[in-house]
Amino acid sequence: MIVDWFDTNLVSILNGFAIGSLLFILAVGLSIVFGMMDVLNLAHGALYLAGAYLGYQFAGDTSSWLGFGTALGAAALVGLLAGGVLSTMTEPLARRPHLDQALLTLGVALVVAELLAISYGNDVLRVNAPPGLNESVQVFGRTYPAYRLALIGVGLMIAIAVYVVVERTTIGALVRASVADRDMVSALGVDNRKVKLAVLGAGSALAAVAGVLGGPIYGAAPGLDETVLILALVVVVIGGLGSIKGAFIGALVIGQVESLGRALVPDLASFMLFGALALVLIVRPRGLFGAKAAG
Amino acid sequence: MTALELRGVGRQFGALRAVDDVDLTVAAGTRHGLIGPNGAGKSTLFKLIAGTLRVSAGSVLLAGRDVTGLRESQRARLGISQTLQHSSLFLPLSVQQNVLLAAQRRHGNPGSLWPRRQAAARDRMGELLAAVGLSTRRSAPAGDLSHGERRQLEIAVALACEPSLLLLDEPAAGMSPAEGDRLVELVQALPREVTVLIVEHDLDVVFRVAESVTVLHLGQVLLTGSPSQVRESASVREAYLGTADRAELFVQGGPG
Amino acid sequence: MSTPADAETVTTRTRPVGAAIGLLVVVGLALVPLFVAPYETTIIGRILIFALLAVSLDLLVGITGLPSLGHAAYFGIGAYTAGWLTINVTAEAPIPLLAAAGAGALAAAATGWLAVRSGGIFFLMLTLAIGELIFQLAQSWESVTGGSNGLYGIPAVQLAGSPLVLAGLRYWYVLAVFLIGYAVLRLVSASPFGAVLRGIRDNEPRMRSLGYSPFRYKLVAFVLAGAVAGLAGGLLTAQQRLVTTADLGFTTAALALLAVVIGGAGTLWGPCLGAALVVLIRDALGPRLDGHGPLVLGLVFILTVYLLPRGFAGLAGLRFRRRPAEPA
Ligand SMILES: Nc1ncnc2c1ncn2[C@@H]1O[C@H](COP(=O)(O)OP(=O)(O)OP(=O)(O)O)[C@@H](O)[C@H]1O
Ligand SMILES: [Mg+2]
Repeated sequence: MIVDWFDTNLVSILNGFAIGSLLFILAVGLSIVFGMMDVLNLAHGALYLAGAYLGYQFAGDTSSWLGFGTALGAAALVGLLAGGVLSTMTEPLARRPHLDQALLTLGVALVVAELLAISYGNDVLRVNAPPGLNESVQVFGRTYPAYRLALIGVGLMIAIAVYVVVERTTIGALVRASVADRDMVSALGVDNRKVKLAVLGAGSALAAVAGVLGGPIYGAAPGLDETVLILALVVVVIGGLGSIKGAFIGALVIGQVESLGRALVPDLASFMLFGALALVLIVRPRGLFGAKAAG
Repeated sequence: MTALELRGVGRQFGALRAVDDVDLTVAAGTRHGLIGPNGAGKSTLFKLIAGTLRVSAGSVLLAGRDVTGLRESQRARLGISQTLQHSSLFLPLSVQQNVLLAAQRRHGNPGSLWPRRQAAARDRMGELLAAVGLSTRRSAPAGDLSHGERRQLEIAVALACEPSLLLLDEPAAGMSPAEGDRLVELVQALPREVTVLIVEHDLDVVFRVAESVTVLHLGQVLLTGSPSQVRESASVREAYLGTADRAELFVQGGPG
Repeated sequence: MSTPADAETVTTRTRPVGAAIGLLVVVGLALVPLFVAPYETTIIGRILIFALLAVSLDLLVGITGLPSLGHAAYFGIGAYTAGWLTINVTAEAPIPLLAAAGAGALAAAATGWLAVRSGGIFFLMLTLAIGELIFQLAQSWESVTGGSNGLYGIPAVQLAGSPLVLAGLRYWYVLAVFLIGYAVLRLVSASPFGAVLRGIRDNEPRMRSLGYSPFRYKLVAFVLAGAVAGLAGGLLTAQQRLVTTADLGFTTAALALLAVVIGGAGTLWGPCLGAALVVLIRDALGPRLDGHGPLVLGLVFILTVYLLPRGFAGLAGLRFRRRPAEPA
């Protein structure tokens, strides 16, 4: 019986993992930036969208490793730069209420999304998966797009890489210490602004890279920025601010809710997303792995 | 009648026992002093009584009723009111609005969605502002007050709750001598329905106000007794001698 | 912008002046259909509707200190409720409006109890997520909302049996309801309850130690704001006789917040000015920019944060005051 159930829903489950993978790449930066710097970067979705359009730019016409690789590199670069710009822009607001920084990034998000819409129009644009990955493979007797399997793998790799960097390196120790107690770290003589610059840059680069990676599945289109921002926020809230483990588990849960949930009970999918959020917050107001006080 | 009873109250921060197995009984209507060196756990104990912090052990009884499980707001409605060591006011709001917020809960209609004059609450506010000497500053934003004035305002706010148990955490800190005198008079003039617990480093103030004193050291009760007993106790001296300048303060601290 | 002014500090001198200005504005607004062309009248009507949404949001942002990015959800729910009712039950005023306000309140109660448990940026995130989920719901529930096509073919509102088809009459209807909604929020803001909300905004822990349960007050404020937002949504339906998912989307919510911030949070009248600017850019300037009004709005957003931390109200200097510093 259970085997049958698995068999019928295999595609949905795998899709859930692929979405979860993408969500993790997207959410982990958002979570750390927020946990560390109390900067709620509402431009995160716009960065994803910028990445998606870069994917279209370099891998829109043909399927090639060169094009896809260039898109990834360009996205990482654009993301880094954007992170630097955001970090500089929010610096004068450091002494003002956190809300001001959120509003600023919201303004940036509106501008970026609109500029992209002006340049690329309102249609859904295709992004090609690289050769070899743009076909289907057999998984337990079902055909499944190879690209999505690869995406699951990439997501896992990035998760491990981020985990190792944050948990096992000196820079990571600094990041973790900043999440726990920022003033303490600056009292030790570490320049907060540099840590913020680095984290915001890395987080933004991951968001833009996620845009390229998500391209072959979702394409590039106006409105995607909002959708992914919301999903990433739900992941962050569920997982707990500043927690990598939380972002990972949250992304997996929301990935399955979005995919398996939609497949099993299509009418209730939105409710389930909210339900999952509500449930977690009732039981753990600060998210599954959140230690820091909210707000 | 006891106003407050603490049974084996403790609170840990990580490995630190900030308050450790404290038993304390305060009779209704008394003015009780709580002293001890820096970091003895006085402020923490106050927060445990008021419910700002949760106890790690023991229970808190207010007028014989166990309130350990109650939230801070619930305990406040039962009559606990506190001033914090570090002023906690509504800085952008006017002085009178600060007091009115407290007064309207007892004397007004805080849930009313319709504008009301709340005459009773306003009268009470006027009285209290006069009592703490802030009548002329009533429409200034609390954030514009001097440090000493803020302490006075804190007391007016705490009294506007009409407490049966008033917790004052270093109310005289930062006050001028004249302001300190006014504070002592104010506390002495409080009706006997109000039980007062006061933490103060200025022992002169403590001994003028308090009828009984508890000495806290490293989170534990060292001694409870009359002011003269406390003044003469050798172990108390020793506790304070750890911090040299405090010892001097202590020797000087007598009435007059 | 999140350290808004305090109603209590209005000096007795400025109060009659403010009242006189207010009266003049109301008279001016009432005369609009007599002197202004129908198209412009309609734009002013839209401003009033958006202003009502912004003022209801100000109750949360400026007075209670709860910055919401999902407030358009209750606006949209009100609009859909009024639209559905007008099509399927009755177009007779004020039934669709009352139902819209009721639906807004209900939806706010159903979601607010979760949101108001948090505060600050966390609240911002939660309301954003909740708002977006309601948006998705509207998009997928096609039988009622018409999905992405929107709800159209809504009959004109009827007043005592006769439909309000003339732009001028419809405008007066909108103006009257706006004034009622604004007055309600003004009264609440001046009430003891409003004082409690400001206390929560400025120092929630202290309110707790004074014996208040902030949760209850915040929830009531949230429901009230949801009701007035729903009312504004009902007006939207009456005005444009079409409801789309964009009306409860993220952009609408963000623009409402922008209106509050530009105008000056906590003043109630400031957000009305902010709403005027936002609607003018979006609806009047936007078409000339090929529909890229949001670009200008985004820039306005960025500039406001840097240059006008207190919004227009701060510029007016009436309540300008730097946030007092904590003593050392
Ligand atoms: N929130 C907290 N987290 C961790 N440690 C705390 C916390 N609050 C107090 N402490 C520690 O508990 C101990 C007692 O602190 P408390 O403030 O109660 O002392 P106190 O007697 O009021 O001192 P003072 O006279 O300086 O006001 C101190 O060592 C303090 O560092
Ligand atoms: Mg202390």
